[in-house]
Amino acid sequence: MADRFPSPFEIEAPAGAEGWQELYTYSSLFSEGRREYEDSMFWFQDGVHWPTALRPWDATLFEYAITSLSQYNTRHLQVPPANGIDFRILNGYAYLTPVPAPEEDIEARVANFMDRAGFYFMNWNDLYDKWMIKIRDLVQELETINFDPLPELESADDVVKSGAGVGSGWQIQADYHRLLDLALKLWQYHFEFLNLGYAAYLDFFGFCKQAWPNIPDLAIAKMVAGVEVDLFRPDEELKRLARMAVDSGLADAFDAGDVEATCQILKDSDAGNAWIASFQESAEPWFNFSTGSGFYHSDKIWIENVEIPFDFIGNYISKLKSGEDLARPMDAIRAERDRIVNEYMDLLDTDEDREAFQGKLGLARVVFPYVENHNFYVEHWSHSVIWRKMRQLGELFVKEGFWSEANDIFFLKRTEVEDALFDYFHAWATPAPAAGPSRWPAEIERRRGIHSALAAWKPMPAMGVPPEVITEPFTVMLWGITTDSVQAWLGGGDSVDGELRGMSASPGVVEGLARVIFSPDEISLVQEGEILVAPLTAPSWAPIFGKIQATVTDTGGMMSHAAIVCREYGLPAVTGTGFATSTIKTGDRIRVDGSNGLVTIL
Amino acid sequence: MSQYVMWFEGYWDGMKAEVGGKAASLGEMTGADLPVPPGFALTTGAYRVSRDAADIDAMLARLLHGLDTDDTAMVSDRCGRIRGHIAEMAMDPEVESSLRDAYQELCRRSSVVDVPVAVRSSATSEDSPDASFAGEHDTYLWVRGADSVVDAVRRCWASLFTDRATCYRVEMGYEHRSVEMSVVIQKMVRPVAAGVAFTLNPSDGDRSTIAIDSAWGFGEGVVSGEVTPDNFLVDKVLYEVTRRTIGAKEMEFTLDGGDAVVKKEVDPERSAAASLTDAQIKGIARLARTAERHYGCPQDIEWAVDADLPEENNIVLLQSRPETVWSKKKKTSASTGANDMMSSIVSTLMNPLNSKK
Repeated sequence: MADRFPSPFEIEAPAGAEGWQELYTYSSLFSEGRREYEDSMFWFQDGVHWPTALRPWDATLFEYAITSLSQYNTRHLQVPPANGIDFRILNGYAYLTPVPAPEEDIEARVANFMDRAGFYFMNWNDLYDKWMIKIRDLVQELETINFDPLPELESADDVVKSGAGVGSGWQIQADYHRLLDLALKLWQYHFEFLNLGYAAYLDFFGFCKQAWPNIPDLAIAKMVAGVEVDLFRPDEELKRLARMAVDSGLADAFDAGDVEATCQILKDSDAGNAWIASFQESAEPWFNFSTGSGFYHSDKIWIENVEIPFDFIGNYISKLKSGEDLARPMDAIRAERDRIVNEYMDLLDTDEDREAFQGKLGLARVVFPYVENHNFYVEHWSHSVIWRKMRQLGELFVKEGFWSEANDIFFLKRTEVEDALFDYFHAWATPAPAAGPSRWPAEIERRRGIHSALAAWKPMPAMGVPPEVITEPFTVMLWGITTDSVQAWLGGGDSVDGELRGMSASPGVVEGLARVIFSPDEISLVQEGEILVAPLTAPSWAPIFGKIQATVTDTGGMMSHAAIVCREYGLPAVTGTGFATSTIKTGDRIRVDGSNGLVTIL
Repeated sequence: MSQYVMWFEGYWDGMKAEVGGKAASLGEMTGADLPVPPGFALTTGAYRVSRDAADIDAMLARLLHGLDTDDTAMVSDRCGRIRGHIAEMAMDPEVESSLRDAYQELCRRSSVVDVPVAVRSSATSEDSPDASFAGEHDTYLWVRGADSVVDAVRRCWASLFTDRATCYRVEMGYEHRSVEMSVVIQKMVRPVAAGVAFTLNPSDGDRSTIAIDSAWGFGEGVVSGEVTPDNFLVDKVLYEVTRRTIGAKEMEFTLDGGDAVVKKEVDPERSAAASLTDAQIKGIARLARTAERHYGCPQDIEWAVDADLPEENNIVLLQSRPETVWSKKKKTSASTGANDMMSSIVSTLMNPLNSKK
């Protein structure tokens, strides 16, 4: 078995993707000038958040997110052993490398960390309340951004006679800057709490593993997990709407074939109109929910693709009609959680241990609502608004002849969008022909070709020299990468006897036919009783968990957003297998042993 | 329901004197959701009325008169004759019909005609110092059919007059009439699989784990180490099987068609297959956990999956005793080192995997 992965400098561009580097920020690329450093690091592909090739503008949120993470570790909190996470884009894919803090700095960092992180832990609830206000304010401000076409003539009252001194041309550019600023601010907020939340969780986790070396990870997760979680709220709203439709005698409208036909029927009655109003109320904000990780503009968002929530509601209605109770048994979930806690606690020998256990569990539960809920506010809600505003801007350029579809804007880097806006502003102000319409259509076609070649490429799971033992806390906590998974990657995916190993994310054993899905668009192919095999699963796929028997993913650990929802639905799941989507084919009969993290092709 | 028969599940504390220590313990286990192989006790009352009906007092007086406890030949002869009388005396008719009815009921519950049973004496130890002779009282295994059961019961009664017990009573001046005996009739287990279970992980002392060793057939091979068993680790709280290791199970101890246990080679297919289903693994884990709760300390149990009992309650407990190895070790604290929260978090970040494989 190899003891290292290929160097990033040995990896060539896939055929048809030559020149792909121009699509991304220069500082995000591997380069000769930094080769010595880059070759000394261990890089892994982040398939948890960015499983497929990035389009140029989408790389913005990747860059903002990871840089903000680093900044909190290094400049705010001084996490003692860990500096930031460095990142690169190679062949369009996101690669990360943890940067350790120098050994000699650690002592001084401990003091700072105790002071700064300690303050957060002590004042968590107050600070979290503030966070909720900040994040809602941020979304509200994003909503004020407006990319309407520039006017033929500025308003006499609002612009000219008001003495404002600036016009719409300035405003539209300022709005784009504001969008970028808010996106970066969003990611600052995101990491204000996240690493601390995971650290407290990991501390509790470590205690449990010490006290009970064989305790399943799942048991630890169950002791901490919240019962009422905002991340489940969109799904809860679907169920509520399904119930309302049934109770108001509107169920048949959902057999009409499509959304338009359904709405046509609904609009004929008072009850139907009330239902539509109720749907709209739920939609803001709860249907700002992505069918993917939220990191791709191409991930479908419920509120923009209402056929998705309508479909799910239709499924729930049939379940209700067949007598199924959709309600989550809250009391039973709470009682089970308490039982688990009490039974483990009874197994401790000393009062000192019981006290430590309660203290750590208490803190883990204080921090965990953030860990579970931030995902809705950041990746789903805020990102949805960002993608929507960007599409509005893209549409404006379509009208100006820069390109042909709103989404083409994402083939530009974020700095290029600024250039195009200036081009538009300049042409409007003068007026004179803009340069964009003769430049961008061909360039976007070229980039589209490059991107398809990148998308077809299968990224290496890792590059460079792996450490003997993975001890970096964030690699473990956020990406679920362990010494074992690195060994499995080095083995190269030629699995023994059709066996794949991964994390036991949710227990149980089932056998069935595999359905391999690479993107959220393919969700509708999944048939009742199949086993879902995907690069990753997103929380917003929740409603299809009622159909499938089990889940297998390439990436993700026990704590990935997806694992939380998988467990909620009580389905066996094995995550982080590395090669499931490349090894298993749709129609293969497989056995998923979620208790032991084992997938077997039969 | 006869006054002479006590099914294990009908036991309550007040019956101990009537059924003796062994039956009381089996009754108590059954009542505590620790399912031992099913069965019943024939009470001391049954012995009393039969003894009185057969009027054995004159016989005892005659044979024990002038017994010289130092004369082993004499003791052996006299006691042998007493036992012979008791083993052949007529059972009180009501007692006998109660015994036969109860045995038929046991056959019905096991869905086996003439179900093989173990017939054992159950000494009433409270009021008699000869409790230490309990082991000497007879045990009859693989008894089949009502006639044989009646016969075995009488032979158990006769075992009150072993040479040693009789001499002891003579030397201590105890009344022979005062000794009484209850008899336990219990289904013989016909195991599909059997083995042992610990309510902690024997390799690291983890008390959240139940460790099960299992092989095909009787548990002898597992206990003696002659067979490499399957090993299953089960989490005690979630009842998840956290690790399974399939052992070679080269041999199995099984019935030869009659009542003799023989050692046989296991064919390769069964050797490679798990000897327990997941449901059985969980059932055994729950049984072990119940025993641990009942006795208040980690247990080491022997169990079997009985081929004759209905699927939903075919796991039976054969024995439960305190675990001794880890339970004697000094307790170590899981919270050593970093006592305050922040120091603990720092040390977790410094070494997040020191305790994780």
